[in-house]
Amino acid sequence: MANAHVSDTAHHDDHHDQPATGIKRWLFATNHKDIGTMYLVFSLIMFFIGGSMAMVIRAELFQPGLQLVDPGFFNEMTTNHALIMIFGAVMPAFVGLANWMIPLQVGAPDMALPRMNNFSFWILPFAFTLLLSTLFVPGGAVAGGWTLYPPLSEQSGDAFPMLIFAVHMMGASSIMGAINVIVTIMNMRAPGMTLLKMPLFAWSWLITAYLLIAVMPVLAGAVTMLLTDHFFGTSFFNAGGGGDPIMFEHIFWFFGHPEVYIMILPAFGIISEILPTFSRKPLFGATSMIYAIASIAFLSFIVWGHHMFADGMPEAAQLFYMMSTMLIAVPTGVKVFNWTATMWRGSLSFEPPMLFAIAFLFLFSIGGFSGLMLAIVPADFQYNQTYFVVAHFHYVLVPGAIFGIMAGVYYWLPKWTGHMYNMTLAKTHFWLSAIFVNVLFFPQHFLGLAGMPRRIPDYAVQFTDWNMVSSIGGFAFGLSQILFPILIIQCVRGGKKASAEVWDGTHPTGLEWTLPSPAPYHSFGTAPEIR
Amino acid sequence: MSVIRGNNDDSNSARCYRGGAWALALCLAALGLAVRAEANTSNGYNLPIGVTSLSRDIYALHMEVFWICVGIAVVVFGVMIYALVKFRHSQGAVPDTTMVHSTKVEIIWTIIPVVILVVMAVPAAKVILMMEDTRNSELSIRVTGYQWKWQYQYMDAGEGINFFSTLSRDSNFARQLHSGIDPKTVPNYLLDVDHPMVIPSGTKVRLLLTSQDVIHAWWVPDFGAKRSAVPGFVNELWFKVDPGKEGIYRGQCTSLCGRDHGFMPIVVDVRTPDDFKKWVEEQKAALKQAAAPAGDLPRSAQVLPTSTN
Repeated sequence: MANAHVSDTAHHDDHHDQPATGIKRWLFATNHKDIGTMYLVFSLIMFFIGGSMAMVIRAELFQPGLQLVDPGFFNEMTTNHALIMIFGAVMPAFVGLANWMIPLQVGAPDMALPRMNNFSFWILPFAFTLLLSTLFVPGGAVAGGWTLYPPLSEQSGDAFPMLIFAVHMMGASSIMGAINVIVTIMNMRAPGMTLLKMPLFAWSWLITAYLLIAVMPVLAGAVTMLLTDHFFGTSFFNAGGGGDPIMFEHIFWFFGHPEVYIMILPAFGIISEILPTFSRKPLFGATSMIYAIASIAFLSFIVWGHHMFADGMPEAAQLFYMMSTMLIAVPTGVKVFNWTATMWRGSLSFEPPMLFAIAFLFLFSIGGFSGLMLAIVPADFQYNQTYFVVAHFHYVLVPGAIFGIMAGVYYWLPKWTGHMYNMTLAKTHFWLSAIFVNVLFFPQHFLGLAGMPRRIPDYAVQFTDWNMVSSIGGFAFGLSQILFPILIIQCVRGGKKASAEVWDGTHPTGLEWTLPSPAPYHSFGTAPEIR
Repeated sequence: MSVIRGNNDDSNSARCYRGGAWALALCLAALGLAVRAEANTSNGYNLPIGVTSLSRDIYALHMEVFWICVGIAVVVFGVMIYALVKFRHSQGAVPDTTMVHSTKVEIIWTIIPVVILVVMAVPAAKVILMMEDTRNSELSIRVTGYQWKWQYQYMDAGEGINFFSTLSRDSNFARQLHSGIDPKTVPNYLLDVDHPMVIPSGTKVRLLLTSQDVIHAWWVPDFGAKRSAVPGFVNELWFKVDPGKEGIYRGQCTSLCGRDHGFMPIVVDVRTPDDFKKWVEEQKAALKQAAAPAGDLPRSAQVLPTSTN
């Protein structure tokens, strides 16, 4: 956002500007770019594993009756699809983008805590190997939903303690990643870069990092209580021993709702970087954008009850959670209006990152509208636990968070690799994704309103048509995603050389564009001066 | 200026909402998909209007918020699309780089949403207060969730009636993996039970929900009634089916409760108060019959009371 003027861009003479060779480069990585790459590759692998589980789900739901899988396995698929997509795909992708871009954006040579950075990444492959191995243990993987509500989650087999340990590891990794972001931003900004001059992506991550530190320990506490209930005879959530299963829901959603914003705020940041570039115009109301993110983050802590209206709640609490939830629409609205104003009287071109950003604007807004509908308590009683909810959160997560991530990758990929990618392939990927994500998720609104509960492997025949449409959209969306790694591999291997500005003629703002493409292995050895 | 009135305000507003539903249907027709319409139940793409005052209020709120969202979407998306068409680089648009901030505009687009939210929240708050008012109920039924069936224990006039309600045999055969039975040939596939809950119309029925194992949730969309059944706790819920709307209403468990979560439907048989009274008498007679010869017959010969359809 701030116009950056760099006094010193020559970093090529750095005497150890060479990565280590072979496996050591990755295993002992302390370079923010290498670690960022590992996070992004890891998240892409998880995206396909979680996606293949979604394909199983959509295949079974293609028609009524059980054709492919046992209902128990179906529940394992829904549970693990969610866990892998949330903790394995979306969150690590954002951490990867933070690793790559925050030091470049704030003019720092690296992340503040490089060894912790290495540790926080290398926990993840172990955590997810553990999580995925639960699919093969006696009793199968945890099948009680990613929300792990007791007493159902307590009915899991050997997978249960394994999952809890995996969640602890993911939490530790996230907290370390968040600490690194905060310390880097607070201490390593280039001289002259005041907080309000900092790019929006870095801002959105700063706020996200505080959310992570606030709520990941809450999740760790919740699952630890599940563990002691299961193995050590405590009764936190066991009604038979004087506990309360609903208390788990409160604790879980006190984590879970901020978690929702952890998965969308960095995407807001990315969109706020891309729209100005391809509108050739500064971000409208940049300061109010920062305040809007901060307000959303604050509100995210006081709305968790809206996940539990149907579980029995006093009227006063229902009214409070309804109103606090509706209030989130105000700062979110400010963001959407500011983005629209950014495009207004701009000069728009439609490169792949811009296409994804525009799709984000429209489709995330649709998710916002259904979110507003869900906030209306009496109506929520009808929507709750139906496919309407499934449609809602997939609209904010897929064309919201994931399109945000893809927009970011398409925006910065030439900066990372030094090559322009295949624009035709990228646009094909965009159009296929944007069309089929709607074929996949829009009919699910109708299914939910017509009365189809979520998390069921089989359904009454009146739901057949929309399920078929949704499944066809699902298969097509899943297949289109194969273009994404193909394009990335092509781009890493070669292609037209990218200039320092990458998007010639758009004059993108931000320190990353003052570096050559690809960004040198060690950048900003001398801090740039911001005027 | 003349105002055309319906017989009462209710039908007037219902007509207005039905108009909305038609507009929605047109959008779907554009997608080239057939739309089914069934009386009282969902038409396949929208909430049912239902047969209780609560379900109608919910439907009204739902459509109100839906149309507000559509209105906002038309304006916001309209502006976006206009910008996307009008300010194209390829058409030689020149960016106005001075347009970076306007406190006035930003205050306006903060205030307007707040006003819209208040407009939505006030009627919603009224419905919340009404739906939580379980006083003066005329019939209470204790509903207990099990993996994977429901138990109905009647109180008040039905004291003593107590039965389980499980998925019908036809559906249960057809839903097995590789059963080879086409679900379309099974009447009310997955939405039929052996013993439905029987209630009288025009009567305020209160359900006391709990569970014996994990969390379940009881939902009949046409009643606008959904509540979780939580082990160790009792949740309350009420509804009053309009007189003249007697019939069979169906729903499902909506809280993931394990392997057969998708296979514990809810069926409610709404009868006129007189027919309900008859049903209660039959049930009580069956209960007595079952209890009386207990001393004379071997245990295996005891007949458990069942509900009759």
